Amino acid sequence: MTALQRLFKFNGGVKPAYNKEASTGLPIAVAPTPTLLVIPLHQSIGGPPRPLVKAGERVLKGQRIGDADGNVSSAVHASTSGTVVAVEMRLMPHTSGLSAMCVVIEPDGRNEWIPRQPFDFRSASPAASRDFLRDAGVVGLGGAVFPSHLKLNAGKQGKLDVLVLNGAECEPFITCDDVLMRERPEEIIKGAVIMREMLSAGEVLIGIEDNKPAAIAAMEIAARAANRVAGANVYKVGSVPTRYPAGGAKQLIRVLTGIEVPHGERSTDYGVQCFNVGTAYAIHEAIELGQPLISRIVTVAGNVGQARNYEVLFGTPMKDLVALCAPLPDSDRLIMGGPMMGFRMPGDDVPVVKATNCVLVGSTALFPPPPPEMPCIRCGECAKACPADLQPFEMYWFSRAKIFGKAQEYNLFDCIECGCCAYVCPSRIPLVDYYRFAKSEIWAREVEKEAADVARDRYEFRLLREEREKQEKAAKLAAKTAAGREKAAAALAEAAKPAATPEEDAKKALIAAALERARTEKARVHPENTADLTPEQQAEVTAIEARRAEIREMAKPHLRPDD
Amino acid sequence: MLEALLVMALGAVVLGAALGYAAVRFRVEGDPLVEKIDAILPQTQCGQCGFPGCKPYATAIAKGEAEINQCPPGGEEGIHKLADLLGREFKPLSAEHGIEKPKSVAVIDEQACIGCTLCIQACPVDAIVGAAKQMHTIVAKQCTGCELCLPPCPVDCISMQPIGESVESWKWKYPVFKINPTQREAA
Repeated sequence: MTALQRLFKFNGGVKPAYNKEASTGLPIAVAPTPTLLVIPLHQSIGGPPRPLVKAGERVLKGQRIGDADGNVSSAVHASTSGTVVAVEMRLMPHTSGLSAMCVVIEPDGRNEWIPRQPFDFRSASPAASRDFLRDAGVVGLGGAVFPSHLKLNAGKQGKLDVLVLNGAECEPFITCDDVLMRERPEEIIKGAVIMREMLSAGEVLIGIEDNKPAAIAAMEIAARAANRVAGANVYKVGSVPTRYPAGGAKQLIRVLTGIEVPHGERSTDYGVQCFNVGTAYAIHEAIELGQPLISRIVTVAGNVGQARNYEVLFGTPMKDLVALCAPLPDSDRLIMGGPMMGFRMPGDDVPVVKATNCVLVGSTALFPPPPPEMPCIRCGECAKACPADLQPFEMYWFSRAKIFGKAQEYNLFDCIECGCCAYVCPSRIPLVDYYRFAKSEIWAREVEKEAADVARDRYEFRLLREEREKQEKAAKLAAKTAAGREKAAAALAEAAKPAATPEEDAKKALIAAALERARTEKARVHPENTADLTPEQQAEVTAIEARRAEIREMAKPHLRPDD
Repeated sequence: MLEALLVMALGAVVLGAALGYAAVRFRVEGDPLVEKIDAILPQTQCGQCGFPGCKPYATAIAKGEAEINQCPPGGEEGIHKLADLLGREFKPLSAEHGIEKPKSVAVIDEQACIGCTLCIQACPVDAIVGAAKQMHTIVAKQCTGCELCLPPCPVDCISMQPIGESVESWKWKYPVFKINPTQREAA
């Protein structure tokens, strides 16, 4: 028996049209390698990795091209073998439309792997296993791309009660986890076995929405096999009611275990950790096959002729991927993610990254422009729909009025941006846009404040240092002059007997003596030759002077300039 | 009568002693208002306000010796915050103290730097690294963009470069609903 007996509920949530059938009809196909791969270096939460390759270098499939920047970061690898064409700024799959550092690789078509070594995590230390996963670039594939090695830490107690595998996949159109669970359930369970051992977890609960019976059946077979190996009933599949957002980490934990993780605390403090099923698959590939994370399953759906799931190499341009699905002619936009939480892409040549679970092709007919926003009527529907038990209308007013402190008091940062509030709002207010605005403003302020605090500290330290230097200088000078005075006094005492003369007089006497010495010296060196003359000599000198004067008088007309 | 006087006197003595003790025991170090004002100021330490740093300006505001609109790096938002804190009227930024500019960092043209150390002495936050006759460079992370290093440079090799937006620092914009022209207006 692998099914879970008792389930709990979370508040709120909505039931949008699921639109999942279109992309589950066909099995996963491998997307062809494109002519150019653009691999962004920053694909996870945390610091942007440092590039390890230069233009012109040849890289192998799975070769690390970006090294994790510190522990809160994750490495990036070449998706196939080929030549690095450039390491440059390229348009990112991000709403901002800004560019970031990317490694551009021209594939050589040979698909040559690096030597792949399975990692023996059982004999390695937990820290070494975590480092291995960081360098294998494994991040959460549910969409948040949080580095997995940071989550594979059992916390203070050193063990967990429950490891939750998230296969709920509640967002409309997206089926990448569904098909992965249908087609590769054993590999997912193998990943779960590794994670369970690393976390010393008790049981593993796999939560899947009940609109995916095929996935539930496949996972149950795999779980049963794993239970036989483990000799106990530890791997359980929970079929959770279909209600958006049942796939939110906190919501799924609540449904499966009944534990409500409070504001500002971590689920590990309550003995629970949650991973996406795709992440479990990636961990299996990294540890048991030695393959770093270089591809993922991506759903292509929406305004296309044939929606389908593809295994896509990271760096594949979205337009190449979408072209495989025969997009309808009126398609005018690409959305990364689903219609509830997805982001509109700034162009169609942005690459597929680790966060890309779905590329949704949109058109005006499929997603009509939002109707005009009307004033809030305080109906409270948003609070009823909020799965995080917040008061969206309060947060909306304070965000709209830019009173961010108050918005934060209403726990704005517990908002998971699921969009339920905006979905039910009768005034059609784009509530989530206001929350995102408020959140990014608050973050920016936080960064500014930190910078200001650093500047204040450095400025105060500089003032302190200047003051200290001044004092040191003064002390030095005082010591110097004191020493000089002592010397002078000693010299005076030796020269003139009155040793008891006041300091002033001693100085004056010293100066006078020095002047006298200088005068006599000068007289001694340069004696005047006209002194001490005889009367005859004097008369001769006078005669010579008179002659000189006469000659000067005669020379005057010649000296005058003739105009 | 005498008892009443004694009771009142005793009460006064006891309360006075308690207050006196509290004044010593719970004494607030420094001026809390100055600290609050200083926390709002951007800590650029640029001196554009006419004071030799943010703290002296904060002290002057607290004493009522300076206006609240003399800090260009703090901008309109800073003035609003100061006005709220002090219960004063908002005033637009005083033009004589400068204009609000986009946040920038100083960059030294390392080819042109002669290593005179004058900028190092001018930097209020010690964000310039270098030594006499050696090339200098600016630690961009710690540069407040105060521009105090520009005037002393004898070869004008320092320039201010605005900090661009990156994917990490990008902010969501305030939601603005675009009003589409209706058919009647279009006609």
